[in-house]
Amino acid sequence: MDTARLVRVAECEWQLPQQGAMRVPGIIFADEPLVRAMDDKVPEQLANVASLPGIVQAAYAMPDAHWGYGFPIGGVAAFDPDVGGVVSAGGVGFDISCGVRTLLTGLTRADVEPVKVALADTLAARIPAGVGSTGALRLTPDEMDAMLRGGARWAVAQGYGRPEDLERTEEGGVMAGADPAQVSAAAKRRQRDEMGTLGSGNHYLEVQHVAAVYDAAIAQAYGLAVGDVVISIHCGSRGLGHQIGTEFLREMAITAGAAGILLPDRELACAPIRSAVGERYLGAMRAAINCALANRQILTHLTRESLREVLPAARLALLYDVSHNTCKVEEHVVDGRPRRLHVHRKGATRAFGPGHPDLPRAFYASGQPVLIGGSMGTASYVLAGTQQSMTEAFGSACHGAGRAMSRHEAARRWHGRKVIDELAARGVLVRSPSWRGVAEEAPGAYKDVTAVVDAADHAGLARKVARLEPLVCIKG
Amino acid sequence: MAWEHFAHGADIGVRGVARTCAEAFAEAAVALTAVVVEPAAVAPRSAVPIRCAAPDDELLLVDWLNAIVYEMATRGMLFGRFEVRLADHSLDAVAWGETLDRPRHRPAVEVKGATYTALSVRERGDGSWVAQCVVDV
Repeated sequence: MDTARLVRVAECEWQLPQQGAMRVPGIIFADEPLVRAMDDKVPEQLANVASLPGIVQAAYAMPDAHWGYGFPIGGVAAFDPDVGGVVSAGGVGFDISCGVRTLLTGLTRADVEPVKVALADTLAARIPAGVGSTGALRLTPDEMDAMLRGGARWAVAQGYGRPEDLERTEEGGVMAGADPAQVSAAAKRRQRDEMGTLGSGNHYLEVQHVAAVYDAAIAQAYGLAVGDVVISIHCGSRGLGHQIGTEFLREMAITAGAAGILLPDRELACAPIRSAVGERYLGAMRAAINCALANRQILTHLTRESLREVLPAARLALLYDVSHNTCKVEEHVVDGRPRRLHVHRKGATRAFGPGHPDLPRAFYASGQPVLIGGSMGTASYVLAGTQQSMTEAFGSACHGAGRAMSRHEAARRWHGRKVIDELAARGVLVRSPSWRGVAEEAPGAYKDVTAVVDAADHAGLARKVARLEPLVCIKG
Repeated sequence: MAWEHFAHGADIGVRGVARTCAEAFAEAAVALTAVVVEPAAVAPRSAVPIRCAAPDDELLLVDWLNAIVYEMATRGMLFGRFEVRLADHSLDAVAWGETLDRPRHRPAVEVKGATYTALSVRERGDGSWVAQCVVDV
């Protein structure tokens, strides 16, 4: 990206000044190399988001921002319904509530290494992954609605997990305001065979070891120490969320004009929060959040069953569950005044700081865990939300590395079998139903997650706590 | 007639180029399948009818690709050949394919949905038609 249009206001903060149709400025959090490497589409999309009605303070791009659909991926924007604010299906995305959860095994790398192959094979056999994989669970229409209302809480009540998992999940495991009646029959049909499935693409289940700790006090509060083994699950709301995104994107693109909204890009499809379409979308989107929370909860149960076979001493307590693609109603202080805002995070993680009332007691002093997924050959990170982030970007941080090249280019450069062999030689066991899928997700196809995380830390969005490196990766 | 993929940061663009708009839609659908699997590896064993209508041809292209995504997901099928008829922003098509066989097809990635990004349906100067958009994977 040409930085000539930007004003550097801090080491890791760049402003895109308000101009033209923009109602607020844009802000990009990144160091200079990351900004220069960003696509020119990022400021263009940021300016478009900044032009939407009711936007508050600024349109934000996280350090991993890249060209998305209407909103940049790694985008954050908050809207106030009292001043005509909008809700955007494009601003949430197709994979509603895609997110990461991390489980603490209570074991060390020395415990896991001797049984790593058996662990990889058992997880691969038990976790439904990849295109066309199906879950064992089939829900009746009434059960589907109960799941969409109850999220992870519903899953735990069905025997998929432990009650204590819920307090370690955003929203206590259930998103309020879900309305299953606003979820179409097609979306429910698309979910029929997909409960408890991982999906494909960049979704994964990884067994990881804690390779480094940067903040000893917070790491201790999170239960992380060097050498510990954890398991992270990255997936979302599966077909149901995709279908809801598809249907409401279309409806909002068609109805925006009649609602008096000028869309600079159809993908910015949105509707006034206080409109029939807006309210129906919020009800359906919240149901999809519950679907994602239930899905990750069921996968947690399958993981625990797998570990019981191979490593029965594993504790598998949930550290935390975070979502990346959401619109949530939150209170934030703007110009010294508390306001209830609809905060869109598209490929961005909530990062509430210490003392936030929505945090479980265990994280009250440390801030919430911010779980950053990497690629299967590099690293993931655990960060902590900060007070500074609450004022800088509505309590938000980055969500991952972001791709450095297209899938087509990655598949041309690497062969899946070779990638698997090379990673195995480095001690990372990959299990996947598709070699081409592995090639497209090759570690080299991603940006340097460490640079992204360092920029988030320097910008004050989240504090670096620990680095996780993979031992086993189950890819979809 | 031809299909191709084009680069998009995180995802994939699908493009059909043909003598007519309907054929470009059919080729874009082949490009969609090629995101998942080699289209030639899909046997045309059974036919699935698909109909959709939209306010304009660009929305119609997205509806068409999303209808295929939905049929792939809910029928557990892959499609390798498409016959498309267009009239007044409505589409009447047949998708030919077979049940997904994971060990044989080794599908790479599922498509979540067709997007409005880089969306275009247009006639080029040489009279050929292009139908394209980015799909989210």
